[in-house]
Amino acid sequence: MSGSAVVFYILSFFILVTGLLAVTSRKIFRSAIWLLFSLTGIAGLYFWLQMEFVAAVQIVVYVGGIVVLIIFSIFLTQQAGKDLPAPMRSRVIFSVLAVCAGFALTCLLVLQYVFTPVSPERHGPTVTEAGVPAAGAGVMSVDASVGNIGAQMLSTSEHGYVLPFEVVSILLLAAMIGCIVIAMKPKPEEK
Amino acid sequence: MNQVPLSHILVVSTALFFIGMYGLFTRRNMITMLMSVELILNSVNINFVAFNRYLYPGKLDGVFFTLFIVAIAAAEAAVAIAIIINLYRNLRSIDVEDAGEMKF
Repeated sequence: MSGSAVVFYILSFFILVTGLLAVTSRKIFRSAIWLLFSLTGIAGLYFWLQMEFVAAVQIVVYVGGIVVLIIFSIFLTQQAGKDLPAPMRSRVIFSVLAVCAGFALTCLLVLQYVFTPVSPERHGPTVTEAGVPAAGAGVMSVDASVGNIGAQMLSTSEHGYVLPFEVVSILLLAAMIGCIVIAMKPKPEEK
Repeated sequence: MNQVPLSHILVVSTALFFIGMYGLFTRRNMITMLMSVELILNSVNINFVAFNRYLYPGKLDGVFFTLFIVAIAAAEAAVAIAIIINLYRNLRSIDVEDAGEMKF
């Protein structure tokens, strides 16, 4: 077993243990902190897969944004020192049974399936930048650098992602306005 | 990276998905249920990135799907927390069992 594989197994063990603690911890603030560790471990997994930009986005948006938002809302809505009530025994038993059955079935399917990589040669030349075919079209892996991702995301050619980009920007605007409207305090009645 | 087969990464993401599912089944507090949903979304993101890396190494489509899922998850978390704070203001509780006014 090489060093890279060891790093992968340590990272996945870390992710799963902290995720399990995040869903079972009885103190809600500790649960949020375990979630933070789990998300950081997933960012490490992206670094291990050599997707540096996705890892950076994971850290900035999840660890820096969503978890901080969750911690703020815990402070606004909860007495932070109080334990959560324990779930009902029957509910725990049935959840564990359902989850284990689903996990076993999915693992069986995943381990039986034979994955065949699609080499770039069979699908024509690799498109790297704004629809321009790459010079070395037979290369095995595309360069996942920030410049490449940005150029393809904003290109209007066949492999561009400019339409989903605009749709997501509208969605974010709508979510922002919706949050303000929902969380706004009603005005006191004027007399 | 190539010493680890793709199926091991998929097993890890499946385990993370079902851990989130367990949290969604057993927790009755809205904020902890939201945390479980975040775990589920992250397991899907791991799948997209791993498939892109192993099966389609000449393309970037999985990366884009991951980025859009992250953006949508951020919007979803913000709206959910606004709703939770509003419910707390009205009901003084964020337990899903107490928020039964819109049932039926």
